[in-house]
Amino acid sequence: MFSKDSWDEIIEALSRNWFRTALTAFGVLWGIFILVILLAAGKGLENGVKKDFGNIATNSMFMWTQTISKPYKGLPKGRRFSYDLDDVAAIKQSMPELRFVSPRNQLGGFGGANNVVRGINTGAFNVYGDYPEYIEQQPMYITSGRFLNYGDIEARRKVAVIGEGVRNALYDKGEDFIGTYIKINGVNFMVVGTYAVVASNGDSEEEQKQIYVPFTAFSQAFNMGNDVGWMAITAKDGYSITQLKTKVFDIIKTRHSIHPEDDRAIGNFDLYEQYQKVDGLFIALKAVAYFVGILVLLSGIIGISNIMLIVVKERTKEIGIRRALGASPWSIRSQILTESVFLTLISGMAGISLGALVIYVLNKILDANGPVEMFSNPSVDLSTILIALFILISSGLLAGFIPAQNAIKVKPIDALRDE
Amino acid sequence: MIAIKDLHKSYTMGSNSLHVLKGINFSVEEGELVSIMGSSGSGKSTLLNILGMLDEADSGTYTLDGTPIKNLNEKIAARYRNKFLGFIFQSFNLINYKSALDNVGMPLYYQGMKRAERTDKAMAYLEKVGLANWAHHMPNELSGGQKQRVAIARALASDPKVLLADEPTGALDTKTSYEVMELIQGINDEGKTILVVTHEDDIAHMTKRIVNLKDGLIIDDTKINQVRAASHV
Ligand SMILES: Nc1ncnc2c1ncn2[C@@H]1O[C@H](COP(=O)(O)OP(=O)(O)O)[C@@H](O)[C@H]1O
Ligand SMILES: [Mg+2]
Repeated sequence: MFSKDSWDEIIEALSRNWFRTALTAFGVLWGIFILVILLAAGKGLENGVKKDFGNIATNSMFMWTQTISKPYKGLPKGRRFSYDLDDVAAIKQSMPELRFVSPRNQLGGFGGANNVVRGINTGAFNVYGDYPEYIEQQPMYITSGRFLNYGDIEARRKVAVIGEGVRNALYDKGEDFIGTYIKINGVNFMVVGTYAVVASNGDSEEEQKQIYVPFTAFSQAFNMGNDVGWMAITAKDGYSITQLKTKVFDIIKTRHSIHPEDDRAIGNFDLYEQYQKVDGLFIALKAVAYFVGILVLLSGIIGISNIMLIVVKERTKEIGIRRALGASPWSIRSQILTESVFLTLISGMAGISLGALVIYVLNKILDANGPVEMFSNPSVDLSTILIALFILISSGLLAGFIPAQNAIKVKPIDALRDE
Repeated sequence: MIAIKDLHKSYTMGSNSLHVLKGINFSVEEGELVSIMGSSGSGKSTLLNILGMLDEADSGTYTLDGTPIKNLNEKIAARYRNKFLGFIFQSFNLINYKSALDNVGMPLYYQGMKRAERTDKAMAYLEKVGLANWAHHMPNELSGGQKQRVAIARALASDPKVLLADEPTGALDTKTSYEVMELIQGINDEGKTILVVTHEDDIAHMTKRIVNLKDGLIIDDTKINQVRAASHV
């Protein structure tokens, strides 16, 4: 089918009216170009938004306490409660599906009063009491020293890991800071490490203005007893925290004598659910891109089909001659189909190349101008290209089908009649 | 070589039916040069098209070189046309975007012959019709007589059993017509069976046998003494 002869025939046929061929080709080129660009833009948006989630373990939730809203077992509504370390132990013990159950406590915060002092420098920072595994739930880069470890937890060492933002605020450039002391609410902690976080949005500065100290040391220093402010809970791979969380709530409700249907007593933020929502949005966006792209492509294909019909009409006589000389219907049909597929494929490839070029230039501009919020690295992957090629070949066949049928429907005698 | 018996053909147009061939019986031996004559509309082309398997008869039998021609589908008809028949038309019917050489090579292309071999063979036939120097010219760069020569070379290329020519000189002036007839006579001299449809007396007399059609029947079928076209040139 792809001998040099049939190749010559195709080139000959298509180049005879090259301007018309080019115009026709443009329809498909445009369609596939739009498809590629839409898909790439969607991907760019997706990359941008997902980057905001950073490397956070997205299969996680945060859980805090709220006011109890239903009376239960003789206890009134409106009372408050707090988690304690026994809750953490109970959850860990009865739910092996969970990867991490990290109790957390917090002090101070954004906009609050200055709570950290070092020499003459002071600042208002979030101070967290945490367990070592927290770094796996909210990944950060240790830029010097180390993060918290279980030695710190067991010995209740008063050590602190501070953000690069905290270090900038409390220390001069080039000053030694590992091994020095900072005063948090009047209690001395020794700095053992610094961290940085990478996030695409502007919040990273804020996230680097936090201080992590061992949970046990925090409880002791600030008289928290066994209390736990809130928990960060991550499910193991293969489980979804969204499905597991009601079981966690049930354990808490039983332990704190909360009405089983009191949904307001426990507050939570489900990262996984949020992530899924965003993910769903992008699936929808992709569907829209395909829908629009394929519609445009379809109009291009109709254009090709139209032109092929005209070509067949123009070549009725020629087809008659060929058949008188011994061309089988199949050879005529395959010639028309190959022409159509070839034309579709060439123009489609041109569209893909043009799209890729535009994306390449766009990425260059994005790189040169620094990160843009919510948009990053727009791209199409190989599988999309393969899908596009498949669509092209089938549409070429589709476009050529009716013209090819027409071509063999004409009886040679009718095509050859002189009058 | 050709044997037809009781051939009928009618065309229906709307409610009217036009009975064009009303029972043709006729046979042609190998090596004959036959002209089919008759006034315009007498059914000459219809008969030739049926012989050429471009059209099918309503009833009757047709045998070509011992092969009964019936119940043809397009695929088989195409193969038979390629193998058995060479066509020469009044309006030449060259493919206008292909060179003379490529036109002559077409039947060989559909036989699946390789390009190099095809070109050699096509060139040989162009030489035979005296157009070797025009091989790479396009049809629109050739005169009418030259075009018909290319068409004859093309008809010969697949070495068919029978050449079928429908008014081969109809579009040519007298002098050129005689030149073309001279070529056809030469090909017949080499043994090829040829049928020529014409309504011109002088052309008919350059064949060896005249079959006269009238109102869908053969009214006369006589062998004649061939007038050599060369004597007119
Ligand atoms: N496809 C057709 N449909 C209807 N009538 C036809 C068709 N082909 C030929 N005819 C008619 O059949 C008659 C014979 O035609 P034709 O064989 O071409 O005659 P000739 O070649 O002898 O001039 C004419 O009257 C012509 O109008
Ligand atoms: Mg006629």
